[in-house]
Amino acid sequence: MPWSRVALAVSVVAVALGVAAFVNARVVERNETAQGLAAWEQVYSVLTHPRCINCHTATNYPQQGDERRRHVANVVRGPEGKGVPGLNCAGCHQETNADSTGVPGGHNWHLAPLSMQWQDTNDRPLSSAAVCRAVTDRSRNNKLDGPALLKHHEEEALVIWAWNPGRKPDGSLRTLPPLTHEQFIAATRRWVQAGTPCPSGK
Amino acid sequence: MATYQLNVNGQRKEVTVDPSTPLLWVLREELKMTGTKFGCGISACGACTVHVGGVATRSCIVPISHVGERPIITIEGIGQDAVGRAVQDAWVDTDVVQCGYCQSGQIMTAVALLKHTPKPSDQNIDESMGGNICRCATYVRIREAIKNAAAELTKGGA
Repeated sequence: MPWSRVALAVSVVAVALGVAAFVNARVVERNETAQGLAAWEQVYSVLTHPRCINCHTATNYPQQGDERRRHVANVVRGPEGKGVPGLNCAGCHQETNADSTGVPGGHNWHLAPLSMQWQDTNDRPLSSAAVCRAVTDRSRNNKLDGPALLKHHEEEALVIWAWNPGRKPDGSLRTLPPLTHEQFIAATRRWVQAGTPCPSGK
Repeated sequence: MATYQLNVNGQRKEVTVDPSTPLLWVLREELKMTGTKFGCGISACGACTVHVGGVATRSCIVPISHVGERPIITIEGIGQDAVGRAVQDAWVDTDVVQCGYCQSGQIMTAVALLKHTPKPSDQNIDESMGGNICRCATYVRIREAIKNAAAELTKGGA
């Protein structure tokens, strides 16, 4: 066989292998993205639970309760999300839950900034795609990249509080998010490892 | 039961109570300081407002075990403070009070407002005082008294 034909055959095989590798990589990537999106939906199910979304409002006030009613006492957001002088969050919410009086508490109790609003101005939760865009937009999320988002979910006191929300004034326990904290962290980790993909759409 | 050392209006006080007892009832029942009022018991009306560590606090829902070392100022002690004195004087001069039940809480919140915002706007007053309910609806006079106190404090350089 002439050397030219050998070279041609080798080239064809090399191109075929390259294409196969490329296609395989794309398939793997697509699978990773699909798994990441599935993990995100789990994360989203937690973020839109009342324990989380009640303080991620688009309005001038926090919410409370599973029905996400407006906070009592005409509490307002204030310039730093901590209420206003004379009516600060810390005027009721102490460092830990006060189960005997039914008032939740945690370190540095405050509203999330408006850039992290997960509701519209009519208190309806934003779509999965919209919340994902907000959470991953470093110009809105306090410059958190994927690993920093994971750390935030793992360690932030008010995030962790959602799984230890204490008792209501009637003595019953507040409801918990749909995942355990461990499941939430595992889902966040899968989502981050997949590159924090977001669903398409509004 | 547990024993707590409290700093109330600059004085050391010792009380032995159940840790879950709200600060309001420690003040009223243990220390016999009845100027701070019980209104709703769920932090919705502001009648029980005192200052804890400088923060206007709803004493009806804060268990004594959560107070710690933070100093407590009540309506009985607020007149020792320049802003507190000015607010109390303005309250009298403006004849704010009708039945009076909510007024200790109103004054404590107004002092907290003026300490952080010496020249409050109407919006500042509405937002800060919005959680203090007055069944006699003395809101117009409360607003006027706060502005009078602010003017007096500004004039006096306090």
